[in-house]
Amino acid sequence: MAMIDEPLYPIAVLIDELKNEDIQLRLNSIRRLSTIARALGEERTRKELIPFLGENNDDDDEVLLAMAEELGVFIPYVGGVEHANVLLPPLETLCTVEETCVRDKAVESLCRIGAQMREQDLVEYFIPLVKRLAAGEWFTARVSSCGLFQIAYPSAPEALKTELRAIYSQLCQDDMPMVRRSAATNLGKFAATVEAPHLKVDIMSMFDDLTQDDQDSVRLLAVEGCAALGKLLEPQDCVAHILPVIVNFSQDKSWRVRYMVANQLYELCEAVGPEPTRSDLVPAYVRLLRDNEAEVRIAAAGKVTKFCRILNPELAIQHILPCVKELSTDSSQHVRSALASVIMGMAPVLGKDPTIEQLLPIFLSLLKDEFPDVRLNIISKLDQVNQVIGIDLLSQSLLPAIVELAEDRHWRVRLAIIEYIPLLASQLGVAFFDDKLGALCMQWLKDKVYSIRDAAANNVKRLAEEFGPDWAMQHIVPQVLDMINNPHYLYRMTILHAISLLAPVMGSDITCSKLLPVVINASKDRVPNIKFNVAKVLQSVIPIVDQSVVEKTIRPCLVELTEDPDVDVRFFATQALESSNQVMMC
Amino acid sequence: MSNGGAIAAVAPVGGPQPLDWKFSQVFGERIAGEEVQEVDIISSIEFDRTGDHLATGDRGGRVVLFERTDTRDHVGLRKDLEKMDCPMNRHPEFRYKTEFQSHEPEFDYLKSLEIEEKINKIRWCQSANGALFLLSTNDKTIKFWKVHEKKVKKVCDVNVDSTKATVNGSIVGSSISTSSKQYIESGRCIDNNFSFPTTGFPSLQLPVVTSIETNLMARCRRIYAHAHDYHINSISNNSDGETFISADDLRINLWNLEISNQSFNIVDVKPANMEDLTEVITSAEFHPKHCNMLAYSSSKGSIRLIDMRQSALCDSHSKLFEEQGALGTRSFFTDIIASISDIKFAKDGRHILSRDYMTLKLWDINMDSGPVATFQVHEHLRPKLCDLYENDSIFDKFECCLSGDGLRVATGSYSNLLRVFGCSEGSTEATTLEASKNPMRRQGQTSSRPLRSLGSLSGVVRRVKGADNPGVDANGNAFDFTTKLLHLAWHPTENSLACAASNSLYMYYA
Repeated sequence: MAMIDEPLYPIAVLIDELKNEDIQLRLNSIRRLSTIARALGEERTRKELIPFLGENNDDDDEVLLAMAEELGVFIPYVGGVEHANVLLPPLETLCTVEETCVRDKAVESLCRIGAQMREQDLVEYFIPLVKRLAAGEWFTARVSSCGLFQIAYPSAPEALKTELRAIYSQLCQDDMPMVRRSAATNLGKFAATVEAPHLKVDIMSMFDDLTQDDQDSVRLLAVEGCAALGKLLEPQDCVAHILPVIVNFSQDKSWRVRYMVANQLYELCEAVGPEPTRSDLVPAYVRLLRDNEAEVRIAAAGKVTKFCRILNPELAIQHILPCVKELSTDSSQHVRSALASVIMGMAPVLGKDPTIEQLLPIFLSLLKDEFPDVRLNIISKLDQVNQVIGIDLLSQSLLPAIVELAEDRHWRVRLAIIEYIPLLASQLGVAFFDDKLGALCMQWLKDKVYSIRDAAANNVKRLAEEFGPDWAMQHIVPQVLDMINNPHYLYRMTILHAISLLAPVMGSDITCSKLLPVVINASKDRVPNIKFNVAKVLQSVIPIVDQSVVEKTIRPCLVELTEDPDVDVRFFATQALESSNQVMMC
Repeated sequence: MSNGGAIAAVAPVGGPQPLDWKFSQVFGERIAGEEVQEVDIISSIEFDRTGDHLATGDRGGRVVLFERTDTRDHVGLRKDLEKMDCPMNRHPEFRYKTEFQSHEPEFDYLKSLEIEEKINKIRWCQSANGALFLLSTNDKTIKFWKVHEKKVKKVCDVNVDSTKATVNGSIVGSSISTSSKQYIESGRCIDNNFSFPTTGFPSLQLPVVTSIETNLMARCRRIYAHAHDYHINSISNNSDGETFISADDLRINLWNLEISNQSFNIVDVKPANMEDLTEVITSAEFHPKHCNMLAYSSSKGSIRLIDMRQSALCDSHSKLFEEQGALGTRSFFTDIIASISDIKFAKDGRHILSRDYMTLKLWDINMDSGPVATFQVHEHLRPKLCDLYENDSIFDKFECCLSGDGLRVATGSYSNLLRVFGCSEGSTEATTLEASKNPMRRQGQTSSRPLRSLGSLSGVVRRVKGADNPGVDANGNAFDFTTKLLHLAWHPTENSLACAASNSLYMYYA
């Protein structure tokens, strides 16, 4: 048993706890592995700590995950890049465990280390490691190996490169679907490191294998590879090799594959360039928009604006718009909702006339949709609408939709619409707001749900900010103050909350003349909750108003409250008094 | 196949020779007169893909694992081998490997429901790194288990000896932890401006760990809960290795093995109004090769094949297998006995075997007009359906299984009997085995059927039964409805059967 100096004691404990029974302590030690390494010095870290960690491979996943992560940034502690190779063995072991997140982290760390290693070390240590993993007995090792080729390949000598390509090709045909999925996922990254002539031959044949895999789960990962490979290939090769695959995928038997295509089609279009997009991908996209499976239509509908942007207006109007019209009356509300969230972006693409002629009716029908999500998605993009069709056309159809949403059964829907009210107010202007929406804002203050009342109080404040104190004095404040006489104390509390929010916006004069008397009056309420909220409001008002008002009005009221029979009221009153003292001292 | 109902073994006209079944092993054999504990009754049996392992689940929520001993050398503990009579046999032999408590009884306070711990199904998953993985489920919750050998570690050398006593093994961890907490905190404070010499502190040492032996450990890796309103009757792994389904009475959910907090409902047969309910899901299984196909059976006797490629919600089936036009007259029991209790895909994925109360049916998935073969299992019980209904036996859920080569099928019956049929073209093989150390005893008895007067023989042979056995029918066939053989499994590559008779696991080979 070695004698440990006092300053080293914490580190000694940290080291011992690498093997503690308590997983939290082990985790703690692993997370501070760099401290341990520095205390041991570079040489002992290489010779003792790293092999020690290498044996620690049957620990809990959390510990292994932390270890995989720490080892990725461990090069400085083992003596720099010339010794980086000592970090490979423990990570290699971690690449074979069953838990996916640990393996992924180990692969990530290996890539990070490999990217810094010297070329001869890569050849001597890293590439053999990749080959060992790729030939691993258990599928877990082979899965991990796929993610390492991108690091190993560039520094390999020619003969080894050929071998690595052959190994990867083997992995693309592995018996285990898990391995093929990993190969499909990493193909793009690996391809980016492969020289052009091999890219066209070797990589494309692997890609072909994957696109024809029996397993849906492999094919749908190959879809992602389309975009990545497309960017690497020359445009004409891309049209020759990738485009047919995409068109095929868009008609795949499996809706999950078509769903991936629908999600990725925009990126694929970018990869293959604008011309083939028109001739080949527009029909494919139209098919996806009309797919039997709602999930596919949802994905396709969500991309409609992005897709239209890379088309010219005529094509969009001729091919896409009819589909959009159909989708606006789709049987699935999720499809309509996805469409509603992007449809307004089509307006600038189409231009004013087609928008008013074609898009507006769709837009209006979505605004009247029976599902609140659809309507909300439209309203949330109102600024875009406004720019194109103008407020008059809009307001006629908008108002009923807003009123309906404002009274929706689900409080989350009401909450969502309240959040848009200030935006609407700024876009629609004072006049429109006064007539139609003012009453709604007051109504929300009396909602049954706290979150709505809270949001409504905030809304009142934001409206006052938007239209200024004068307007608020006329249209908001009297109505709000009226409600302080509501028989239910929870509503009175909402008003107190609204007052405390309004006070800073309204300024000192109005606060003293209008708001403060109401608050002072409320201090005589029979409900203690109101009274201590009065104390809180008064405390928040103190910095706003004049010193004399504090002395004359606020402090006497607070002093009175400090003698209240209720303990909470006394507490908050005392707190408010103390803060008023501090203000006076300043 | 029409003579399948006859118990006599008939010499083969064509096809492979009938198998000569021999007793291999029994685990948990009952001593005569021993009371069977309810919790010990086996409720699920499953071989893994290689056939090297066998798992059973019981009503007490336990999972017991067995491993094959005849294929490779074992260096581990051999104490279980002592039980074996002849360890040099070529047929599959298993030994007890380990067991763990998979499920505990629970109470759902929201619905005021007790949730039994009984294991309804076990399914093996892909093994990795020498560790075994399996899914087990009770009525509500599916669990993903990893069983692996863990080194038993002893930490012998540490830096800080806080106990002052000799530091011995693993206790050191817990004893340090309390006293060292404050030092860890202070360690944090000094770290930033603590200067480390480049050579490090030579006095510090890494703990020395010695591992003396390994221990089998079962760890629950994931729990897939709260996705079923009704009782889960099946779970099944997909061939893609990353997903599985779980089926209850009205719904089938699709899970990713790695994601336990969400699942996708792919089949929902719940009617808008529960009063319109006429049919429930009784069993579901993925196709062994095609990741997009799955089959589920219903209480109305139909099997639906669905293609998950077609849509996200598979409420419409792509193929429906049903026997058209019930034979004979319809009766009160027609619907009840039509209910399918289990379906299994053959290994090649071409055929589906189904079990209803009276028969085993083999279906070709390319032929939906009717089964390619029907095997009578319980035809002799037809006159007794009334009694069976009254003692609820008619609702017993017998499982079925196919041999790895697809040439034979098997299912269980009453009196701890199981039936094996040849299903290849022209085969007339039909064997009855009794789950005991002498499986062909029934065979012997039935072959001497002319000696019908020896009806009392059954009373002699069957040691647990009294002479006035009410289950003896006019033919001298004894049927004891309390001893039923519900669960059985066929070894994936060899002719070996594992079946559960109450709390005992019997294994046979041929």
